[in-house]
Amino acid sequence: MKTIHRKLLRDLGRLKGQVAAIAVVIAAGVMTLILAVTNLESIQHSQQRFYEEQRFADVFVALTRAPESVSERLGAIPGVNRVETRIRAGIRLEVPGYSDPVRGQLHSIPDGRQPDINALYLREGSLPEPGRSDQVAISEPFAEAHDLRAGDRLTAIINGREERLTVSGIALSPEWIYQIGPADILPDYERFAVLWMNRRAVANAFDLDGAFNSAVFTLQAGADAEPVIDAIDEILAPYGGIGAHDRDDQLSHRFLEEEIDQLRVMAVMLPTIFLGVSAFLLSVLMGRIIRTQRQAIAVLKAFGYSNRDMALHYGALTGIVVLVGAVAGVLMGGWAADHLVQVYLEYFRFPELDARIAPRYILLGVAVAGGAAALGTWRAVRRAVSLAPAEAMRPPAPETFKQGWIERSRLGRLLDQSTRIILRNLARHRFKATLSALGIGLSAALMLVGSFQFGAVDKLFDTQYRLVQKSDVILHFTDPTPERSLNELMHVPGVQFAEGFRNVPVRLINEQHDYRTSIQGMDTEPRLLGLIDKQHRPISLPPEGLLLTDFLADHLQLRPGDPLTVEILEGHRRTLEVELAGVVSEPLGVSAYMERRALNRLMREGPAISGAWLLTDNARNDELFDALWDVPRVASIGLIGDAERRIREYIADTVLVTMGFLLLLAGSIAFAVVYNNARIAFAERERELATLRVLGFTRAEVSWILIGELALITLIAIPVGWLMGTGFALALSEAMAMDMFRIPFVISVQTYAFSALGVVVATILSLLLITRRLYRLDMVSALKTVE
Amino acid sequence: MQATESVNKEVIFSTRGLTKVYRMGEVEIHALRGVDMELYAGELTVMLGASGSGKSTLLNILGGLDSATDGVVRYGEQNLVRAGEKVLTSFRRDHVGFVFQFYNLISSLTARENVAIVTEISRNPMRPEEALELVGLKERMDHFPSQLSGGEQQRVAIARAIAKRPAVLLCDEPTGALDSKTGIRVLEAIEHINRELNTTTAVITHNQVIGEMADRVIQLSDGRVSDVHVNDSRKSPRELHW
Repeated sequence: MKTIHRKLLRDLGRLKGQVAAIAVVIAAGVMTLILAVTNLESIQHSQQRFYEEQRFADVFVALTRAPESVSERLGAIPGVNRVETRIRAGIRLEVPGYSDPVRGQLHSIPDGRQPDINALYLREGSLPEPGRSDQVAISEPFAEAHDLRAGDRLTAIINGREERLTVSGIALSPEWIYQIGPADILPDYERFAVLWMNRRAVANAFDLDGAFNSAVFTLQAGADAEPVIDAIDEILAPYGGIGAHDRDDQLSHRFLEEEIDQLRVMAVMLPTIFLGVSAFLLSVLMGRIIRTQRQAIAVLKAFGYSNRDMALHYGALTGIVVLVGAVAGVLMGGWAADHLVQVYLEYFRFPELDARIAPRYILLGVAVAGGAAALGTWRAVRRAVSLAPAEAMRPPAPETFKQGWIERSRLGRLLDQSTRIILRNLARHRFKATLSALGIGLSAALMLVGSFQFGAVDKLFDTQYRLVQKSDVILHFTDPTPERSLNELMHVPGVQFAEGFRNVPVRLINEQHDYRTSIQGMDTEPRLLGLIDKQHRPISLPPEGLLLTDFLADHLQLRPGDPLTVEILEGHRRTLEVELAGVVSEPLGVSAYMERRALNRLMREGPAISGAWLLTDNARNDELFDALWDVPRVASIGLIGDAERRIREYIADTVLVTMGFLLLLAGSIAFAVVYNNARIAFAERERELATLRVLGFTRAEVSWILIGELALITLIAIPVGWLMGTGFALALSEAMAMDMFRIPFVISVQTYAFSALGVVVATILSLLLITRRLYRLDMVSALKTVE
Repeated sequence: MQATESVNKEVIFSTRGLTKVYRMGEVEIHALRGVDMELYAGELTVMLGASGSGKSTLLNILGGLDSATDGVVRYGEQNLVRAGEKVLTSFRRDHVGFVFQFYNLISSLTARENVAIVTEISRNPMRPEEALELVGLKERMDHFPSQLSGGEQQRVAIARAIAKRPAVLLCDEPTGALDSKTGIRVLEAIEHINRELNTTTAVITHNQVIGEMADRVIQLSDGRVSDVHVNDSRKSPRELHW
């Protein structure tokens, strides 16, 4: 081994603590990068492959009923490649040994064969045999949740008739990668099933022989979806078509795209922060190394080492730190990606989802880390290279200091010398101190954002389940039902109170903006659904006019008092002008609200309801569900308390893990910055500190000079971090505001305290490591060395 | 070889059989091999010795920076060899003034503040301004070390050392990093302090000439006292040449 390389290894050995701290931050950066890009890649790749192989539809439409002959006209629309008609319907299921209500979404498939569009991926068993009306393929997550295998039996209530079904196979569909029931927020594999049955059997059950109520389309390459959708809507209008839409409005596809967007943000943001901090740390460390090695550099150059040799030497030092960090980052990233993929597979049902780290991502990780490091180290290395040997032989001039404004002030006269040393050192190295404070601040900010999400999501559900959704059970009827059926519900055992609502699917239009949702018609003073404003104050329903969720009103660019167009997508399908009477604020979903009788009048019907909210006695749940299934025309039963429990469990599982992860990573930044600063400050001040010890300062007094400076930086960093974190949180809550949910921008005192605490703990940890050195400070040898 | 003239004077420091052995890697180094010596109140003593003679080790032990392997160091009634870290710290804080070869000023503090950092922790200090005036630096009190010449820096270091009114002033090669003209300026300051404040002073150096300004010269070689010489009269530093 060449001697200069041996020097390299010894330098590294001497600096192992700092090298390790910086490597950890680099590793965190590379890990987040690898994690994000690998997952992004595997999800996008799996999505693309699954969509292609199963021929996922481009356009979707639901309608009431159209004769099969219409499909020819649909297929003839310019731009349409293929059309497939089918029947889709909601059903109820009973699973042996499971008492909760289970909802099902039944799809027809061509008798005995795969559909041309949205083909199934069979995991087990087979499609229903041709001509069989008692066989059904079921979705994999539902099968897993109930441990169902091909050959097992189920009972279904299809259009009011009880049918005994046999599971022929277990399948996945590109339409149901994210398998979420209508009006649900999270997948519930126990209580929601997707099923596929032969077309003839479904048609018989729903009296749709020779007819269809759903169609899916693929488009010709390059064809624009807009004109196709318009043409479909025109053709299907007489058949109760409720408006075709493209993939963007397909629920499963949308959730998947949201996830991909989030991964994209993560792939850029987190690595930038971590690698930026490590670049800064490396620049400080290399600057220090080169300052102390001036004479060695001069000697080497005097004996004929070239500038290139010197650049390579110090470049290699940085390179090794980067390499150690990058390798650790790649390994951890690969490990974490593997685990995260398992989490994804639970929510996104692909036939396969591998987190395989492509070599190019490893290269990307190393290159990005190396680039950041080069940026940080370049200046220091250039200084080493450009030193003339003679100049470098001389010790560097003593640092120049100035009195700062604090000291010139009245307060300044009260400062003791130790405090002056601290203040002047900070002022002298203003740039470094600022970047250090920013680095530690970033760490506090990351911790703040991490815990903010948790607190804010908790707050979201508090609002949703205490102030908005006050019922225990929500019931939907198959068709609008006369109001008097509420009386019947009131007498079901376990029901304490029932309140009816009318639900009409609509398209709300204001100029070029439109949105599909439904209008909820409710009692003037609803007891089981709270209408609240931004400050959570109750709002009462106006006798006429529409209330909209504020998010939706913004989306449609409407203000209270503005008129808007309502296209009713049920029954007579009229288009009406209605006034926006006000806005409500709710964290989940977007809705339109109206007085129920007023809505009935708009619909030109008597006092009808689409469903009911119930307050129930939890102790009598079994009895209640048995009885509710016997109420005619009940399409689905949703348990609100259950939904809340599941959502909170989900939050606890995923958000907390993510948060802990983030805290660990963020903590590593604070630790590395403080530790690195402490080590360098210690090395630079060793002589001064030893002098003070000789002059009679105690260890504690000497330690204070070093620790005070670092503690002060951390103290300054905390409010900086709060500020940045608050900004991040605001940006995050705005970026994540979508029609499905809005995370409220609330940061509790605890959140602020927590992020400060995290930084303080990391600071204390790294200072503890330094105190060890302070205690071993050798007075005699420190006095002999000349800087 | 004790100097009989000094018997009636008060002994500040005395050592008996002082030995120091330390390890440098694999090698045992006997820095001191049984040193017996005294420092008398108010005297200016120069300890002369070549590099490796043990003079620095002796000074470090007298100043409470280092511990002896064996023997006795008596400071008044106290045996420093047995003293713990706490006792040594307060010994340095209250009784000893140090001057180093490389000045060792705190670069972020002005001259006045470099003195103040010591007076702030002392029991009965003089004002920093007073101490700086004693070394002739009253005019440059608010300068930072980077704005002072080497000799000026060393005089600040002397002011820092004497501001606490120490019982003993220990100077380790105070002129070692200076040219002769500046060195003499620094020695003048030391002599001035010794005379004005009557501070017991020990200067270690390898420079024989400096011995001429002392009351007594202790010669060290190979870790032992090889000679003690009492000058009949002290020369003024201005009369010295090297």
